[in-house]
Amino acid sequence: MSRSSFSSLTVAAVLLGALPISSAAQEAGHVKVSRGTVQIERAGQKLPAEVGAAVQSGDVVTTGTDGSVGITFLDNSLLSAGPNSVLAIDRFAFDSTTHQGAFESSLKQGTLAVVSGKLAKQSPEAMKVKTPAAVLGVRGTEFLVRTGAPKD
Amino acid sequence: MRRLAGLAALALLLLAGCAKPARDDLYVLLPDAEGKTGELSVDSVGRVTVLDQPYAAARVKEPGRVEPGTVTEQETKQAFGQALAAQPGRPISFILYFLEGRDELTPESKQIVATIPGEIAKRPAPEIIVIGHTDRVGSVPFNDALSLRRAERVRDELVRAGIAADRIRVEGRGEREPLVPTPDEVAEPRNRRVEISVR
Repeated sequence: MSRSSFSSLTVAAVLLGALPISSAAQEAGHVKVSRGTVQIERAGQKLPAEVGAAVQSGDVVTTGTDGSVGITFLDNSLLSAGPNSVLAIDRFAFDSTTHQGAFESSLKQGTLAVVSGKLAKQSPEAMKVKTPAAVLGVRGTEFLVRTGAPKD
Repeated sequence: MRRLAGLAALALLLLAGCAKPARDDLYVLLPDAEGKTGELSVDSVGRVTVLDQPYAAARVKEPGRVEPGTVTEQETKQAFGQALAAQPGRPISFILYFLEGRDELTPESKQIVATIPGEIAKRPAPEIIVIGHTDRVGSVPFNDALSLRRAERVRDELVRAGIAADRIRVEGRGEREPLVPTPDEVAEPRNRRVEISVR
């Protein structure tokens, strides 16, 4: 093996190793409002959801009894959850040039306010919000979701 | 044996009936910021209800049973007050125009650019996207470079006004995305622009 091919292999290995860290492609949005207890669950870890924190495809955002959170997504969709909520970002993909992609999220419990963005505008099938009892199809633009057992 | 199995199945059914929590799901369609109302389809185990009026609502007490209705603004605030209060600021966009073939803003656009830092300051963890465009006078490579220069010029203005450079993303799209489609080599002031979105 010549020295140059060895070094280019090393470079390739370093680049490959660096990929998961720099995979900004997974980034879906950012926390803009965070009150009380709010956490982001990612790959088994619980991270604090501070203002400015990135939200990725696959994250689960939870709020405590005193918590609420507002997230702006890359397609300008706005999702905000009230207290005692569990919101999973199941899938987010957005092409900023064509505005095509998909945005699927699940509210497992709690309350959610949604303003749909460029994805839903470009294609009515692109955005879906699920609850344990229903699938909501979004043809624009603003709606509210509450899901869970009745309060005593 | 068969009877036992039957009993067991019945017991399971009863258990499932008791264990299944009654739901209190509520889905509400709101009018948007411009006063228009979109559409929301609610599919619960194949039963589809479409909401298309402001404050139209669907209640689901158990999967498959959707009760359409309406809610008042008051009820909405009561049930969703904290979720609504946590809503991030609405993204805002601006279009700035340029002199022909140059990265120099028109006088009107210079005034607009001065108002943008105020909008950025209102938003927590702001993200600013600056995208440059050109008309179709000149070659494609020339316009690619010009569109990027225009976007960078706007970024520099914002940085000078105190906005952190790492909050600003800059792109040049050349002559590919005209606001007003024209044949090649046609001068069109409305296409010589930079679009800024702040969220």
